[in-house]
Amino acid sequence: MNEQEYYVPSGTYWPIIGSIGVATLFVGFANQMHGASWGGSIMALGFAILVFMMFGWFSQVVKESTSGMYNSQVDRSFRWGMSWFIFSEVMFFAAFFAALFYARQLSVPWLGGADNNMFTPELWDGFRATWQQIAFNTPGATLQSGTAVSVPTQLVDAWGLPALNTALLLLSGVTLTFAHHALRAGHRNKIISWLVATIVLGVLFLGFQITEYGHAYHDGLKLTSGIYGSTFYMLTGFHGFHVTVGVLMLTVILYRVQKGHFSADNHFGFEGVAWYWHFVDVVWLGLFIFVYWL
Amino acid sequence: MSRLTSLLGGLVVIVSANVFAEYGFNMTQGVTSISRDIYGLHMTVFWICVAISIIVFGVMIYSLVVHRKSQGVVAANFHESTKAELLWTVVPIIILVSMAIPASTVLIDLEDTSKAEMTIKITGHQWKWQYDYPKEGISFISNLKQDSKDLIYSGNNRHKNYLLEVDNNLVLPVDTSIRLLITSNDVIHNWWVPDFGVKQDANPGFINDAWVQIDEIGTYRGQCAELCGKDHGFMPIVVDVVSKADYAKWVLKQQTAKAATLAKSSKTWREEELISLGQKVYNTNCSSCHGITGKGISGVFPALKGSPIATGDIKKHISIVLHGKAGTAMASYKNILGDADIAAVITFERTAFGNQMGDLIQPVQIKAAR
Amino acid sequence: MTTATATAHTDDHHGPEKGLMRWIKTTNHKDIGSLYLWFAFTMVLIGGAMAMVIRMELFQPGMQLIDPQFFNQMTTMHGLIMVFGAIMPAFVGLGNWLIPMMIGAPDMALPRMNNWSFWILPFAGGILLSTFFMEGGAPAFGWTFYAPLSTTFAPDSTDFFIFAVHLLGFSSIMGAINIIATVLNMRAPEMKLMDMPLFVWTWLITSFLLIGAMPVLAGAVTMMLTDRNFGTTFFDATGGGDPVLFQHIFWFFGHPEVYIMILPAFGVISHIVPTFARKPLFGYSSMVYAAASIAFLSYIVWAHHMFSTGMPVAGELYFMYATMLIAVPTGVKVFNWVSTMWRGSMTFEAPMLWAISFVFLFMIGGFSGLMVGIAPADIQYHDTYFVVAHFHYVLVTGALWSIIAATFYWLPKWTGKMYNETLAKVHFWWAVISVNVLFFPQHFLGLAGMPRRIPDYSLQFADFNMISSIGGFAFGASFILFTYIVIDCIRNGKPADARPWEGAKGLEWTLEPKAQYHSFNTPPTRALIEKESQNS
Ligand code: HEA
Ligand code: HEA
Ligand code: HEC
Ligand code: CUA
Ligand SMILES: [Cu+2]
Repeated sequence: MNEQEYYVPSGTYWPIIGSIGVATLFVGFANQMHGASWGGSIMALGFAILVFMMFGWFSQVVKESTSGMYNSQVDRSFRWGMSWFIFSEVMFFAAFFAALFYARQLSVPWLGGADNNMFTPELWDGFRATWQQIAFNTPGATLQSGTAVSVPTQLVDAWGLPALNTALLLLSGVTLTFAHHALRAGHRNKIISWLVATIVLGVLFLGFQITEYGHAYHDGLKLTSGIYGSTFYMLTGFHGFHVTVGVLMLTVILYRVQKGHFSADNHFGFEGVAWYWHFVDVVWLGLFIFVYWL
Repeated sequence: MSRLTSLLGGLVVIVSANVFAEYGFNMTQGVTSISRDIYGLHMTVFWICVAISIIVFGVMIYSLVVHRKSQGVVAANFHESTKAELLWTVVPIIILVSMAIPASTVLIDLEDTSKAEMTIKITGHQWKWQYDYPKEGISFISNLKQDSKDLIYSGNNRHKNYLLEVDNNLVLPVDTSIRLLITSNDVIHNWWVPDFGVKQDANPGFINDAWVQIDEIGTYRGQCAELCGKDHGFMPIVVDVVSKADYAKWVLKQQTAKAATLAKSSKTWREEELISLGQKVYNTNCSSCHGITGKGISGVFPALKGSPIATGDIKKHISIVLHGKAGTAMASYKNILGDADIAAVITFERTAFGNQMGDLIQPVQIKAAR
Repeated sequence: MTTATATAHTDDHHGPEKGLMRWIKTTNHKDIGSLYLWFAFTMVLIGGAMAMVIRMELFQPGMQLIDPQFFNQMTTMHGLIMVFGAIMPAFVGLGNWLIPMMIGAPDMALPRMNNWSFWILPFAGGILLSTFFMEGGAPAFGWTFYAPLSTTFAPDSTDFFIFAVHLLGFSSIMGAINIIATVLNMRAPEMKLMDMPLFVWTWLITSFLLIGAMPVLAGAVTMMLTDRNFGTTFFDATGGGDPVLFQHIFWFFGHPEVYIMILPAFGVISHIVPTFARKPLFGYSSMVYAAASIAFLSYIVWAHHMFSTGMPVAGELYFMYATMLIAVPTGVKVFNWVSTMWRGSMTFEAPMLWAISFVFLFMIGGFSGLMVGIAPADIQYHDTYFVVAHFHYVLVTGALWSIIAATFYWLPKWTGKMYNETLAKVHFWWAVISVNVLFFPQHFLGLAGMPRRIPDYSLQFADFNMISSIGGFAFGASFILFTYIVIDCIRNGKPADARPWEGAKGLEWTLEPKAQYHSFNTPPTRALIEKESQNS
């Protein structure tokens, strides 16, 4: 389309479909948690609607993009949109990191009597404030929610699978950058191989993550293992979820590369996904340092 | 004549003082050094704000009156002045700093609990306060008084201390530095007595502290100041501040009474005794959730009328009252009620609301189950 | 900004579709703006009706109408609906309507996403309101939903509330992203940042607050969800967590949130005051910097809501100092408005009346804010009606006031018609008097020791509560008149000029009397931009 014109898109049904989708998903989820037998099916329905919406919406955008309806202004809008979306994700993770730091630096020591909490230990017989072993210290305790604390027998070792996973993800960042260079140089085969490599690394990461979860769970580290278990699973879990989404996005991009959707200087779809992947990468570094290592 | 005037004058003073007390519209000065410091800060900041308002509003009102189009004024065109901007950045900063200094002093004093001569533990429950005197071995629960409860839904005239009276007042000695340890058994409550200048959250799982040293003998009232559920508005605090001698007497009396309660639990009770005591215990401790008529609130608090536990296995019934149920509002009453009270309330629950189980539970059974 | 844009490409240059589908499918910033505004208006009525229930129950001591549990539901839902349903969507609506017109753009940068931002809201609102019909009832733990009252001790319906908050947050984030992209990318090529009108500036800054704060709220409710259903212990000391952690996370969101609700209001007032003073805005650039400083400071003062939670003293001191600092940039704004009026040539049409009373009443609310910011004194103010008075002075006579002012100010541009000025003046005086009768006595109640969120109170609070309730009913009734004035304007208003206000500046006034469907098909020229700039 003409660089001199504003692009104003046509009306669309996708958003309302999307709203119906998420609302259905959430209502189903809430009912599922409260033991309604049909909750799961409603959830699945909502999810299906969402997937349908995403396919529909994105294919429309792809179609419009490849038929040259977008100019560089539209491209810039997409870029602003994607970068601030990623920033909002950063803030979402920040909330969980904050919970981790708070529990580790403040609430757990306080429970042990630090600072102006010298009387608090009266409430907790025999409690020792040591991070990670928090669950060891409260054997037999019942959480306020009524479930028993699950006591792990072993801690997660940072230098086993987590370290390997760090290497995998960092490597995948590199391979993706190679793919980007190849894209800018216009070597389609190279793009495809680097992209495939990135996806494989991502999938490997997920595989190891699941294995590691298996070990940890087997050793008794669960969501119910006190604040360490809570922060561990919530942070790594949300990260794993983001990796999964990232892998799916990369796969779509791979498909689009094969279709020849991207040109050397017009490939926002590719770049958006790359940014996302790097963001997931950086979050993992934070996780590795603060959840596993220190 | 002069006696009459002085009498009248005195009356006016009393009445107006009274009116002022009852329809106060400013912060209380209170009866502790902290509360007076806070009052001082409050007034200082208030007057500073008033002064700034007079200047700013004054300028504005002048402008609104004089600079009108209808007065034929032609608008000026200035729209910048670095000098003015600088002035009204710097001057407020100076004012703020002058407020921050005394505020910091008071804050630091307020948080320093190290000079305490005695300690009291305060525990919030939905919706009552528990007071423990660890050294004296005294512990009791303080509920909204039945008088007030009866008036809430009645259209009757309400009495002077409506909603601000409890069955067991906290008793503290005057002129003594007292450390308050504040915690909660369920949700967050907040122990607030305005006259003391103490308002401290009661957080479940943590113990906060605060301190008071009360200068004047008297009765002081406060309320829970953190939304804690349905009856948040109905968990008042009443503190009797007494002379040190009276306090010592009170402690002695409490300790004797405790022994008497213990004795009660070994005796065998008759049905009417159990039921009438049980009803009393139920109304003060349980009815706020399970309802006077045992109907509860659907989805939040279960009905006891026809409940599987209250009409089922006695052991389970005793167990839930003694130990509560984790993860719900049903708290453990083990350390709150004595054997006799628990036996009575269970007996009552199994007889009332049409439950008609007709079994008697004796305090010894509770003792055994503990 | 290198593209010199000439004509607009639209798929629908023949104007909008007809019927319901127009509103569901629309990607037009004006349509979406109207949807937001009508949604917000409906929510004001619903939230306001709940406030009326609160004021009726508090009319006199004793429980007459509702039970305490339902009272708590009313308080909670009133706060939630007013904040998330009324004020925020109203500002997004204003932003949608005005920003493209003010920066010389045809529409928003991401129009389809814009549609989605709006169309999530009715679903979120629907889920939130549906909790009233569930077992255990609607949320009853305050709009601040402190754990563990909202986790362990709340009914199942709470999970629906959590998802509703997720959706609301999602909508706000998308809205904010859109505004950032629009302002930075759709601005007329000739318009520099420091040419932008203040409403655009304040909204841009607000967007950064939204993007930074809303995801944190999403994190907070997610932790609540897992604490409630999956055995995590973020807010449970038994597992090493802390209920106060919830408050930190909540207020890290919550404090920026209150400035989200006031910065666009500052923007609106900065348009209206110069117009009716017929004089340029005083201190344009300091206004921009002040707004940015307020936004920055708002991220680092959150724990002033938590002075009685037992924080370490060092924390309390820090949060007190940081909080007091906010008075400085806010003061700059107030002084600039006053200086704008000074030696102007003022007239007092409805928008100006609302704007002037905003300055007065917001300042009262700001001062009580400063007072509650003094940590030791907050020991006495916290969780009393003094705080309730504080935040209604900044929210009702601040945020809501600016929205009403904006409605009167831009209504001619939206509808091409003029409202009835006489009725509008009657409405203003009615509202401004009754709102003070409603909220001013609440200062006294708070100082005398009445806690907030209580359904019943002891006798010494009776008189002021009755006065406050009477003010409340009168103020509530003023909305009937407001509704009439707006509808009357839409239906029977006299045609308005393109620039109905003599002193008005801004690109929006260069459009047709009823702004065309796509605002600027050709970007405005440098000369026009300079002529209409507030910064000259
Ligand atoms: C639009 C919303 C809004 C705005 C703008 C503000 C503005 C401010 N607020 Fe307010 N606040 C709320 C909404 C808002 N607040 C809400 C909703 C709550 C309650 C939440 C809940 O618990 O439910 C709350 C609660 C609240 C508390 C917690 C009280 C408590 O619970 O105990 C505090 C404490 O510090 C506070 C402080 C302030 C301050 C210092 C400002 C400042 O920004 C004010 C600055 C303005 C001025 C000071 C006036 C103008 C300045 C001058 C004329 C310059 C000269 C002045 C001086 C040198 C003094 N607010
Ligand atoms: C942005 C927001 C906003 C706005 C605009 C308002 C508007 C009003 N609010 Fe408030 N309010 C809050 C935000 C807001 N509020 C918050 C955040 C809280 C804290 C909640 C909490 O503690 O968790 C609160 C709490 C709160 C309380 C304290 C409750 C308590 O602590 O127990 C009270 C009590 O008087 C109150 C009253 C009012 C009144 C009378 C209005 C009036 O201005 C409303 C006027 C509008 C109308 C009345 C609508 C008109 C409707 C019609 C004409 C239709 C017909 C309706 C009828 C049946 C009458 N509000
Ligand atoms: C703060 C609220 C609260 C108070 C006060 C309270 N309860 Fe309960 N009670 C509950 C809740 C909530 C449950 C439901 C627990 C569950 O989910 O199983 C319950 C359950 C019970 C049950 C079991 C009912 C059933 O069939 O499941 C009995 C019996 C009972 N309570 C007795 C008492 C007695 C006796 C007292 C007073 C001494 C009391 N309760 C005070 C909240 C309360
Ligand atoms: Cu206890 Cu409020
Ligand atoms: Cu704040």
